[in-house]
Amino acid sequence: MMTATAQVTALIVPALVVVALLAALLRKVDVFEEFVRGAGEGVKLSLQLIPYIVAIFVAVGLFRESGVLTVLTQWLSPVLTWLGFPVDVLPLMIIRPFNNAAAMGVVADILSTRGPDSFSGRLASVMQGSSETTFYVLTVYLGAVGIKRSLHALPLCLLGDLIGYLAALWATVLFFGR
Amino acid sequence: MLSIIWAGMIILAVAYAAVTGGAEEITTVLFAQAARGVTMALEVMSIITVWFGLSRIAAKAGLLPAFGRLIAPLIRPLFPGVPAGHPAIPAMGMNLAANLLGLANAATPFGLEAMRALQRLNPLPRTATPAMVTFLVLNSACATLVPSTAIALRANAGAQQPSAIIAPAFLASSVALAAVLIIDRLWRWRYRREKVAGSRSRPGKGGRR
Repeated sequence: MMTATAQVTALIVPALVVVALLAALLRKVDVFEEFVRGAGEGVKLSLQLIPYIVAIFVAVGLFRESGVLTVLTQWLSPVLTWLGFPVDVLPLMIIRPFNNAAAMGVVADILSTRGPDSFSGRLASVMQGSSETTFYVLTVYLGAVGIKRSLHALPLCLLGDLIGYLAALWATVLFFGR
Repeated sequence: MLSIIWAGMIILAVAYAAVTGGAEEITTVLFAQAARGVTMALEVMSIITVWFGLSRIAAKAGLLPAFGRLIAPLIRPLFPGVPAGHPAIPAMGMNLAANLLGLANAATPFGLEAMRALQRLNPLPRTATPAMVTFLVLNSACATLVPSTAIALRANAGAQQPSAIIAPAFLASSVALAAVLIIDRLWRWRYRREKVAGSRSRPGKGGRR
């Protein structure tokens, strides 16, 4: 399953790039200028990310190096092992709904300590790729129109995150094995 | 809330280290982790820069409206309360198209436009309508074709195939999306039953569904 889909998905990004460039040229867009402008926004965003990533690296690093994570692992391992989650992704599950930049920091930390092609690394990438910053979306979207009562939006979106984590675990095992 | 989690992690770590006798290492770890964080952020900068440049071209090329037009009829049946031809549907289509293409920065303006359009149909302006809830659920569980952040982080960490996570991530978010939409239907059904029973008035039901 891995090789065939990997070949197809490896083409998605290059194909999108070519389609976007051709469509833009057809519409007489100044592609070079627009690229530079967009890239400039990217530089700005990256600079804004630095404090978030440092904040998360410090907290997660202390949590791991002090041995708390090991203790927590021992407590939670029956539950997590029963579900099949490696304990490395626990901080990601907790932080993901709150802040995208912080979640990026957690994923980056897992990738650099466990390796991008380890099970934890792959699972964390899939979880990051398949979930959203739920609290941000709800706060910004509902706040923009002045809504105070959100019916079942919050519990349902959080339930969606939880289902998403389980689905990510299932999909990661399906595509990469354990 | 994030503050409590963040501070809690650090306080727990320091307290535990103090008890187990590893307190002097805390300072070393603190600065080593900060250095790693800055290095990582700068490394990821290159990928974010390229991706933002390319997504701006995609936005200018009109790929978003094209995708949005494809998606609009698909989401139409999810919003029985929104009249045909209402501007909320194309706005929601564009928002989901931007999410699908991994253009997160382009998604928010369309999402806000969609919320304002839905708000015009709202008889109780301070309470969300069922259509809004469905849209938020759709947005927060939204599948993406290009999880650009995760791919960028993987490329940076030296993964064999950074984009190999596209298919599993898409599959996982599709499953979650389907599950959440079904639960949302059941929830709406419960509101309607309460309304029919007339046992108590619950704001946000409105007359339209």
